[in-house]
Amino acid sequence: MDVLVCIKRVPAVGASIQLSADATAVDTRHLGFTIGPHEECAVEEAVRIADRTGGSAGVLTVGPPEADEQLRYAMSMGADHAVRVEAPVADPDPEVTAAAVVGALPDLRPYDLVLFGEASADAGHAQVGFRVAAALGRPVVGGVKGIEVDEGRVRLERHVPDGVEVHEAPLPAVAAVLEGLNLPRYPTIKGRLRAKKAPVRVLDGPAVTGGLRTLRLRHRPEARAETVVLGRGAAAAPAVADVLAELGMVR
Amino acid sequence: MVLAMIERDGEGVLTAASAEVLAAARDLADSLGGSVGAVAVGDPGDLPDDLVKRGVSTLHLLRHELLADSEAATVGEALAQLVAAERPVAVLAAAGDASTEAMAGAAARLGVPLATACTAIRPGIRPGQPWEVTRERAGGILLEDAELDAPIRFCTLGTGTRTPTETAAAADVTVRAFVPELDATVPRARLIERRARASGMTLATAPVVVSGGRGVGSAEGYAVLEELAGLVGGAVGCSRVATNNGWRPHADQVGLTGTRVSPDLYIACGISGATQHWVGCMNARSILAVNTDPEAPMVSRATWAVIGDVHEVLPAVVEELRRRSGG
Ligand SMILES: Cc1cc2nc3c(=O)[nH]c(=O)nc-3n(C[C@H](O)[C@H](O)[C@H](O)COP(=O)(O)OP(=O)(O)OC[C@H]3O[C@@H](n4cnc5c(N)ncnc54)[C@H](O)[C@@H]3O)c2cc1C
Ligand SMILES: Nc1ncnc2c1ncn2[C@@H]1O[C@H](COP(=O)(O)O)[C@@H](O)[C@H]1O
Repeated sequence: MDVLVCIKRVPAVGASIQLSADATAVDTRHLGFTIGPHEECAVEEAVRIADRTGGSAGVLTVGPPEADEQLRYAMSMGADHAVRVEAPVADPDPEVTAAAVVGALPDLRPYDLVLFGEASADAGHAQVGFRVAAALGRPVVGGVKGIEVDEGRVRLERHVPDGVEVHEAPLPAVAAVLEGLNLPRYPTIKGRLRAKKAPVRVLDGPAVTGGLRTLRLRHRPEARAETVVLGRGAAAAPAVADVLAELGMVR
Repeated sequence: MVLAMIERDGEGVLTAASAEVLAAARDLADSLGGSVGAVAVGDPGDLPDDLVKRGVSTLHLLRHELLADSEAATVGEALAQLVAAERPVAVLAAAGDASTEAMAGAAARLGVPLATACTAIRPGIRPGQPWEVTRERAGGILLEDAELDAPIRFCTLGTGTRTPTETAAAADVTVRAFVPELDATVPRARLIERRARASGMTLATAPVVVSGGRGVGSAEGYAVLEELAGLVGGAVGCSRVATNNGWRPHADQVGLTGTRVSPDLYIACGISGATQHWVGCMNARSILAVNTDPEAPMVSRATWAVIGDVHEVLPAVVEELRRRSGG
């Protein structure tokens, strides 16, 4: 089985987020980059399925040349080929990203399963996978935390607020997955060395624009009082117990 | 017309999130001078009686045997056809997974953008002008003001952004069935099994969450967190470091890619307070941080803090609580 995973390069922000001078983006001058945890699990799953079925695991990103770093990370986890679609703008809106993915697919091998994260870690539009599926006219299931493939079909475990649903779809199919699907591996040194030399195929992106444009980013107003330090070490236990009693959580 | 896609719970009652969506749709329709239509899948049930109080004039019911399982992608296909026929100025829905997926599918089919997790929607001053929305990014730590330029504006709304209102009762709700054209030969996913979650307290609903991060040190280290959670009637949570190390199952993870919690008290033990963790607990009413580092971001954002080692502080707290309850 051939599986393709769509991944996005996102800034790895720490305990606070700095904005660019014009406030239209996160200031990434002092930041590293990564892919979201949902997508990391998607890559892990693709590699496992490819190993099990003797197939292939590809990764695709829509982004600038710098995003090759994330494709190589996925290859160091075991993905065997990588494609980068040139992005028409810095952070394309979901319509544009979906069009870029759909436009690239005819140039690639036919995939049985195309995996997405449920939402990208930075923008969180939660829609690219569903747009791609609609454009392809293929079945799609989101919220996926379990994948089982067999002859021509896939079973997808979907987590919903009040339980678990199992959906079945004929292949090729699309799924949007959640972290928790598996425990992704750490790349080995050998994997990293192999990924460093592996080629990245580059395709032209579509010349389209979407109707959703970022005007500015803002910090959410936070109203927090000063922290009350109850004490140090074990000696703080009575003060903690007092707080719990005050809140009515213990007698 | 402003169209609101609404959902019902297992008992057929309008969900709280959908009530918020209807209130937002009503506001928008008032400011634009139009009516509110609602769209749901299946039978009317008690909906018309409920909707009449919420200022809805028409209820569109999507009816088709292929919608029996309410597969999100198929609902999206049906919604696209209804929207193409009715041409509302905007389509609103709750930001839950199923409704977002249906909205994404519908927007894709109509070739229009979709703004998800909106907290505010501001129509353009003149017709045809782009609208402006405020949406949550990166799990809600950032807000994004964005321009939404489309003939039909698709938006999903984050919960808790609007208080549901009841307006003066409209005369009546017109109920209309809409039977979409769905091709039975098109490949679709199919629901084959549904398992309900065991009832009882969950991380998302617990009044107290005792959560541990790297500072807990090991899987065994969580025993004292379990003990404290038992004493205060709470659930145990964790950071992604704990999940990645295999100390806790992913179902316990709090944060951007885990569960969002809003307990009365969040006890953060050995958790630094990275933004991706913070967005999962920032809606807690109060926070108690236990950390060796007085400069940790979680400490400076907490209501209360204890500076110290988790494995010195928590056993002492447990002992103190037991002593006070005479046990
Ligand atoms: C896209 C993305 C999504 C993410 N999603 C999530 C998510 O959903 N949830 C999540 O949690 N993280 C998430 N992360 C990871 C996040 O960025 C942090 O890496 C993680 O939250 C850190 O976990 P931590 O606080 O346990 O560990 P650390 O950051 O290492 O902090 C450990 C803390 O424990 C304190 N400490 C150490 N020893 C002790 C001791 N003995 N007693 C008391 N205190 C001690 C230290 O002072 C420190 O403050 C995500 C990251 C990315 C890039
Ligand atoms: N620029 C991109 N390149 C490749 N895949 C992407 C890109 N942006 C988003 N995706 C995929 O679409 C999913 C959902 O993204 P979003 O709709 O932005 O929340 C992500 O988890 C990725 O799998």
